[in-house]
Amino acid sequence: MALKRVKGSIDRIFDKSLQDLVRGIRNHKSNEAHYVSLCVDEIKVELKQENVAVKANAVNKLIYLQMLGYDISWAAFNIIEVMSSPKFTFKRIGYLAASQCFHSETDVLMLTTNMIRKDLGSQNFFDAGIALNGLSCFITPDLARDLANDILALMTSSRPYTRKRAVLISYKIFLCYPEALRPAFPRLKEKLEDPDPGVQSAAVNVICELARKNPKNYLSLAPVFFKLMTSSTNNWVLIKIIKLFGALTPLEPRLGKKLIEPLTNLIHNTSAMSLLYECINTVVQVLISFTSGMQDHGSSIQLCVQKLRILIEDSDQNLKYLGLLAMSRILKTHPKAVQAHKDLILQCLDDKDESIRLRALDLLFGMVSKKNLMEIVKKLMIHVAKADGSQYRDELISKIIEICCQNNFQYITNFEWYISVLIELTRIDGSSSHGGLISSQILDVAIRVKSIRQFAAHQMATLLENAHALMSQLHRNGMEEVLYAAAYICGEFAQFVESPDCLIHAMVRPRATTLPSHIQGVYLHNIMKLYAVALKRAEDTDDKGVGLTQSLQEKLPIFIQSSNLEVQERASCILTLLKYIEKLQNKGLFEVDEFSCLFKGELNPVAPKAQRKVPVPEGLDLDAWINDPPSSSEDEDAKEEQKMEYERSYNDFYSPTSEKRREYSQEELNKLREERMVEQANNPNYLMSKKAEGYMNPDEESEAGSINLDISVPLHVPGLPSSDRYFKMEQDRRRRQRAERVVKKKKAKRGKHGRKREEQEEPEEEEDIAPVHAVEIVNEEMPEGAVKTDSEDENPSFDPHKALDIDLDSPLTASEALPKPKHRESAKLIIQEPEKKEKPSKKKKHKKEKKHKKKHHSAPVESLLVDEVDVDRTVNGHQHQHVDQQDAVQVKKEKKEDDLSFWLNDSSEKVEEPVVNGVAVEDDKATQKSSKEKKRNKKAKKSKRKSPEVGETPPPSEPQIQMSRYTVLAENKDMRIEFETRCIPRQEKKITVSCVFSNLSSSFIKTIEFNVLDTLNTRLIRDGGNLSHDAVQIPFSLPPSARNECQLEFTASSVTMPQRLKGTITYMVQDDTKQHTNQEKLDFKLHLPCSAYLMSTPLSSDRFTKLLSSGEVTDKASYQFNNTDMSLESMLQKLCFYIKFAVVEQIGNSASLYSSSIQKHHVCLLVKSVGNGISIDGKSDNSSLLSNIMDEVKMVGKT
Amino acid sequence: MIRFILIQNRAGKTRLAKWYMQFDDDEKQKLIEEVHAVVTVRDAKHTNFVEFRNFKIVYRRYAGLYFCICVDVSDNNLACLEAIHNFVEVLNEYFHNVCELDLVFNFYKVYTVVDEMFLAGEIRETSQTKVIQQLLMLQNLE
Repeated sequence: MALKRVKGSIDRIFDKSLQDLVRGIRNHKSNEAHYVSLCVDEIKVELKQENVAVKANAVNKLIYLQMLGYDISWAAFNIIEVMSSPKFTFKRIGYLAASQCFHSETDVLMLTTNMIRKDLGSQNFFDAGIALNGLSCFITPDLARDLANDILALMTSSRPYTRKRAVLISYKIFLCYPEALRPAFPRLKEKLEDPDPGVQSAAVNVICELARKNPKNYLSLAPVFFKLMTSSTNNWVLIKIIKLFGALTPLEPRLGKKLIEPLTNLIHNTSAMSLLYECINTVVQVLISFTSGMQDHGSSIQLCVQKLRILIEDSDQNLKYLGLLAMSRILKTHPKAVQAHKDLILQCLDDKDESIRLRALDLLFGMVSKKNLMEIVKKLMIHVAKADGSQYRDELISKIIEICCQNNFQYITNFEWYISVLIELTRIDGSSSHGGLISSQILDVAIRVKSIRQFAAHQMATLLENAHALMSQLHRNGMEEVLYAAAYICGEFAQFVESPDCLIHAMVRPRATTLPSHIQGVYLHNIMKLYAVALKRAEDTDDKGVGLTQSLQEKLPIFIQSSNLEVQERASCILTLLKYIEKLQNKGLFEVDEFSCLFKGELNPVAPKAQRKVPVPEGLDLDAWINDPPSSSEDEDAKEEQKMEYERSYNDFYSPTSEKRREYSQEELNKLREERMVEQANNPNYLMSKKAEGYMNPDEESEAGSINLDISVPLHVPGLPSSDRYFKMEQDRRRRQRAERVVKKKKAKRGKHGRKREEQEEPEEEEDIAPVHAVEIVNEEMPEGAVKTDSEDENPSFDPHKALDIDLDSPLTASEALPKPKHRESAKLIIQEPEKKEKPSKKKKHKKEKKHKKKHHSAPVESLLVDEVDVDRTVNGHQHQHVDQQDAVQVKKEKKEDDLSFWLNDSSEKVEEPVVNGVAVEDDKATQKSSKEKKRNKKAKKSKRKSPEVGETPPPSEPQIQMSRYTVLAENKDMRIEFETRCIPRQEKKITVSCVFSNLSSSFIKTIEFNVLDTLNTRLIRDGGNLSHDAVQIPFSLPPSARNECQLEFTASSVTMPQRLKGTITYMVQDDTKQHTNQEKLDFKLHLPCSAYLMSTPLSSDRFTKLLSSGEVTDKASYQFNNTDMSLESMLQKLCFYIKFAVVEQIGNSASLYSSSIQKHHVCLLVKSVGNGISIDGKSDNSSLLSNIMDEVKMVGKT
Repeated sequence: MIRFILIQNRAGKTRLAKWYMQFDDDEKQKLIEEVHAVVTVRDAKHTNFVEFRNFKIVYRRYAGLYFCICVDVSDNNLACLEAIHNFVEVLNEYFHNVCELDLVFNFYKVYTVVDEMFLAGEIRETSQTKVIQQLLMLQNLE
């Protein structure tokens, strides 16, 4: 033995220390992985040694490796070994390793519960400290549940060091185990007034974190926090509290009113930027929460904006960034205040840091008005031109467009200007992704603003004629997308195009074939529209358009060669049509009007969601089969056949020798085309939606036809307007308008003088800027009867904080007590489902309770709160000066209202009092004050101690669920027991009986024992090999009118017969005086029906039919309910709920149901409603089970 | 709430990684790399804040080391920045003129410092003297 020890220590000399490992890794930079794998092998050997020191050293090395990214999860068990070492040094290493590499899926964590509990309770408070540290990193729901009580106990530890940690970690506990929040909350609240400031701040941290997610539950704490805010000097805490208020104010505007003053004081006085920033944020939040017009808070806004301006002007980039961020918050509600600083924000666009520039852009977005839109966009255009980095440029372009089109083009007064801006954007060099965006904007404007169509058509025609300028950049950017819009606009509004023939010629240039195919498609289609107009105009000339027809026929064949089907098809259609027209023209029979009516009718914009909003007509079931569903057996063959057939016909149709195409006569062709045109015209998706074009494969062409073009084309196209020109024009126009207005105003009567002055304060009312054109913005079409829903696209996501949305004001019930370690197993059972099920009913009760409680107990709480009102009113820092004078006043007011609203409402009245009382009085009473205050504090503590006790009086306990499987097992004057049976998945012979014990008496009930007389078939499972007649201890006692649930397990060897078990419950009733206890007894009969062994098992209809046809289920039984008024639906509901069937399929007025027993018996039911009755046929593989189930069905049907 | 604390050098070697949210190992490595990519490209002219996934990173560079804290978007950036500085000052005091090698060879001590100053994603202790005191006490225990 001694030898072994010596050998061990000699070995240790050769072990690598941590230092060696670190140094070694640094020396093996080239083959680190190899070196590490060697080290890991060594470590594995070390871990096998018995010496804890060696193990700890090995684990320490592992931590380092883990940090470098190597997997050490294989050592989880060794880490636990080291954690359990009694020596602090090793324990620390173990916990550190655990906190670094354990996570909720680490299965060995299950082993640690007791060890952690031991460490938490350790004498050495450092042990508790490291245990808490570690736990904060690897906590799991299981650990949280099992250790919640211990942590809660640590919150009252005598050492601030431990208290603080316990408080902080409680947040993690709540997250993992929300049920702990309510029982722990009173204690957490106490910690807000802990003597140690560190603990206080920890509690503030935790509550802030909780409240941020579910603020409404913490509103009642506002007075406490208010007091803390006015008394604390710790900026870290202040920041948290102020942030918390920021979350609370939206819920309670009166709170904001109270906050404004102290916050503005802080803003004026603090030198800490972080605090200043937080204050501004919360003030902004407060101001947002005010409904407009209620008060004038211009001064606070001004203050905030001024301070933010200082931040933005600061050379520190961080402050600049945050300033802009906060500005954007103000902007939402007070745009005017921010707009004054436009210059500053425009400056920020030049900043080096992209995040600052992007923030500034965001701000500009909200700052635009009719007045400054053009100016801002002009500045942005300059930035686009000189922006470096394509990402930022993209962002700029999309922002410009966003700014202009926001709110349905609200701020645009001159659409000609907007169109020219868009055209200018197409000429920006090197932008990549916004061609589509610009294109859709142009389309949108042209279609929806009727008065701009002529202008747009002109511009687009120019653009098309100069398409080479755009296409020269073709392979670098996506700007050719704009040609799509251009072609469409020119075609659709062809009547405005000056010379359609020239345009047509421009469009059929061979170069057009290098465009993406979906654009070519649109080209072709719109050439036809232009052609129609051109013919119409040529009607009076000698030519009559024959020349055009001919030249078109010459040019079009290049499109027929396109590899894109769509283009090919359109081109060949058009060509055929042209040939036909030429024939007619030569004969002199051609009617232009007939031809142009092909393109009659106007297209209206359709709202993007319109299709989805079309209401489903009554009587239309979209899920129903139109034809009979294909039978499953022949499925494969049929499909195969179909496929063959399809292929054959496909080949027939498309084979080059096919004659089919010629089978259509020209007239038919015409007709077909007309139909298609009409259909396309009526089809909103045809032009607007990207999706519809998906099949055209936009990118296909761009590669195939890559032609190197000379780039020396001037980018500025003569004849295209410059947006600057419009900007200047607009300026002039406005100047003129203003002059006119001034003249008018002078003429105006003086009667409205007062109102006018208000207007003049803000120079130039926005509404006064009249748009250049009479703009009629057409709204997007929506189907009739569409319902407006904005939140359609929200998809619910998982949020752990939702679970923490718990009403904290309602009193605690006994069932909510945290599980105690003693009864761990039974406690576990209690926590499961039943809690959740009862919740809805419980909550209601809590609310009632709450109101009730407020009436009775608000008085003591109030006096507490009123003190704080005074505290904040004193400005001099003598915070408790006026308290005693106030007492008298308070007493009178006390009973008026409930606490919080009282605190919030009466502040204004209070203000006057201290002023009246004056300073002289204060000094006299300075000595008395302290003693009185102490008294009050005592009072306060008492009332606080009371509140949790009050909380424990639980609500009366009738279950209010409408359908409940719980049935009364036994009842007497003291107690009622209800029970429900549950099956345990994958347990063939066990079921659980869940009993709810309700204390009906006013005394304490304890030592409850439960016993039944086992039968041969059914036995109660007793723990730890207890004899078959021993009673089972129920692991809880019941305070007056409390209820709790306990689960007992039974074995059943056969499940085909119902069982009745005789049993007794014994319990002790404690007198109110706590001196006598009486033993009482309650007999019962536990009825376990066959349905207790059934598990609702979902089954597909296929498998159901298979089962029925397999011959397995041979036993039959049936029953008919005559003259029953129960509907099929409610029958099914009852069967599913009480007898645990699952509906397999419901067709018309019959339904098939299925369930299986825990021993895998099948039970099938067919439920049909016949006349005014319901017939039920059952099938099963066990006749006795079936007949018993049918008996139950009868019972259920009759109740 | 702090989601994680990272100390990295310019080459992206991790010097400390403290996680207050549960990630699996691959995710951790991915995060470390992403943070490195995001942070090292920024120079002194940039802000110390980066938007990062659903969070934001507040970082500060000391010599060749980046101290990064990942927090919720609603948290106070400046307070985090101050927390970092506070932390670095404590390190400096504790190691007497701290340098990267101190952190490498005594990495477990750095974790202890972190644990003294932060817990469960919240700032636990801000007083430097108190932290140093505790650290010395802990050191004496070993």
